[in-house]
Amino acid sequence: MDAIVAEGLEKRYQDVQALAGLSFSVRAGEVFGLLGPNGAGKSTTVKVLTTLTTPDRGRAEVAGHNVVREADAVRRSIGYVPQSSGVDRDATGRENLMLQGHVQGMSGAKLKARVQHLLELFGLADAADRVVRGYSGGMKRRLDVGLGLVHGPQVLFLDEPTTGLDPEARAAMWDELAVLAREELLTILLTTHYLEEADALTHRLAIVSRGRVVVEGTAEELKGSLEGEAVVVELADGAVEDAAAVVRAVAEVREVSTDGRLLRSRVANGARAVPTILAALDGRGIAVESVTMHRPSLDDVYLHYTGRDFRSEDEAGGGGEE
Amino acid sequence: MRAAAVHTWFMVGRQARNLMREPIWIVLLLVQPMIWLLLYGQLFKRVTHLPGGGFGTTSYIEFLAPAIVIMNAFFGATWSGMAMVSDLDRDVIPRFLATPVSRVSLVVSQIVRSALTALIQGIVILLVSLALGVRVHAGVLGWVVVLLAAMLMNSAFAGISQGLALLTRKEATMIAIANFIGLPLFFLSSTLISFRQMPHWMRELGKFNPVNWGVVAAREVVLPGADWGSVGLHLALLAALTVATAGFATWTFRVYQRQL
Repeated sequence: MDAIVAEGLEKRYQDVQALAGLSFSVRAGEVFGLLGPNGAGKSTTVKVLTTLTTPDRGRAEVAGHNVVREADAVRRSIGYVPQSSGVDRDATGRENLMLQGHVQGMSGAKLKARVQHLLELFGLADAADRVVRGYSGGMKRRLDVGLGLVHGPQVLFLDEPTTGLDPEARAAMWDELAVLAREELLTILLTTHYLEEADALTHRLAIVSRGRVVVEGTAEELKGSLEGEAVVVELADGAVEDAAAVVRAVAEVREVSTDGRLLRSRVANGARAVPTILAALDGRGIAVESVTMHRPSLDDVYLHYTGRDFRSEDEAGGGGEE
Repeated sequence: MRAAAVHTWFMVGRQARNLMREPIWIVLLLVQPMIWLLLYGQLFKRVTHLPGGGFGTTSYIEFLAPAIVIMNAFFGATWSGMAMVSDLDRDVIPRFLATPVSRVSLVVSQIVRSALTALIQGIVILLVSLALGVRVHAGVLGWVVVLLAAMLMNSAFAGISQGLALLTRKEATMIAIANFIGLPLFFLSSTLISFRQMPHWMRELGKFNPVNWGVVAAREVVLPGADWGSVGLHLALLAALTVATAGFATWTFRVYQRQL
């Protein structure tokens, strides 16, 4: 059964087409990632699926309920962890959880026990009765996730769950989420613009670009769909464009892109292509600092399917969604 | 409807807990009205003897005290939207919107919290006034009227403040608007001086000033010989205004939701 179905979602904000026919589906029990740069349409997708906003066109179902016509049923079946926290910083961790339970229609001993369980699960039992203002970034984020889980939802939405966390807290959050997915029998949809995060956490993912899903599959499938290997040449000086032209002329090479002094390309067979590339560069007197070869990463997948480099896209993006 | 009431109860509970956690704020917010009451009350105590009068008493502090309760409720209300701005900034509101929580309760609870603050502060100001020799001539019913007027005064303008918070979502804009409308309404009321001492045009303008409605209602019951018809009329005007501004706040909440 599909826990989330999105079909041809469209949404326009004044002059920005945030969603342009976005479709994907998530099976029950799956951890699914929406991957893409800022402004790609990930947050808007989450807002539609969590009933915060309505699509201009298209259809979406969450936990078997239509997000527009059965919004209240959807709201009872989901947990939502917004991008910038959402906790009441002036209340204690326990008070935050209790209130969330109350508005989800829970009460009494059952709610108290559930809150205590979540506090322990997220390592917040000692801090439970302290005001959230004094929590660390990681603790606050764990409480956020706890808030989304109070009523035992079927589907949990995490919008950029680790943005703004230091590397240590991020790694801890990854571990927590992995445990949750296994033990709470949840369907999790998370958005991220960290390729590593999508790789580490999700069973399947969709790459979103300009309001559309460009490709959907497991990280391995996506990487596997790119044949051959990635070759990255680091140049000694700045003549990147000249070097790119030279490398493009080499027969075996595809998808050449530049990034600072780095020259990325994909080749069918690295062992054969690298000497040819180096010889061609040497022939033009272009000095090379280093050469590395690797199996395709999600970076390469992103570049392949969108024709754009992930990092430069991320810097150029933004605006649209927030 | 029932859900709206239950959820409002929980949301007010949240606000009240946060407020009580730092009760120092209630005290700090009382410093300003106390300064008005104690300093201004002493400085101008002779104004009741001005020719033309219109004060209804010879004790300036008795004339001033109920108006200070109203003034405090009014100025408190103009800040009430700040809590909403902070909830919007921190995504607290979007988090609640993804739950079945009653949408109305998210706005109404802010107004109720604001009115409760005005109530507590009103009681404190009245108690201090008693210590200064003020007498509430209408007795217990008088207390009820003064505090009710304060709560309605506060709710009416809290509704506007919440609406502005939802439309502008910026603290700086809120402060600018609060100052822009706050001081003129205050000085165009009979808070500090009787209407009969004011220029004719101010008197006429003052009739349409909601701050003045609150001041008149509260002052009638503190001074001897209350005109209950006037009290009822002014309370009813405030109640109507409260309903209207709460409607405005709810409408702006829908505008905000549409922008999500």
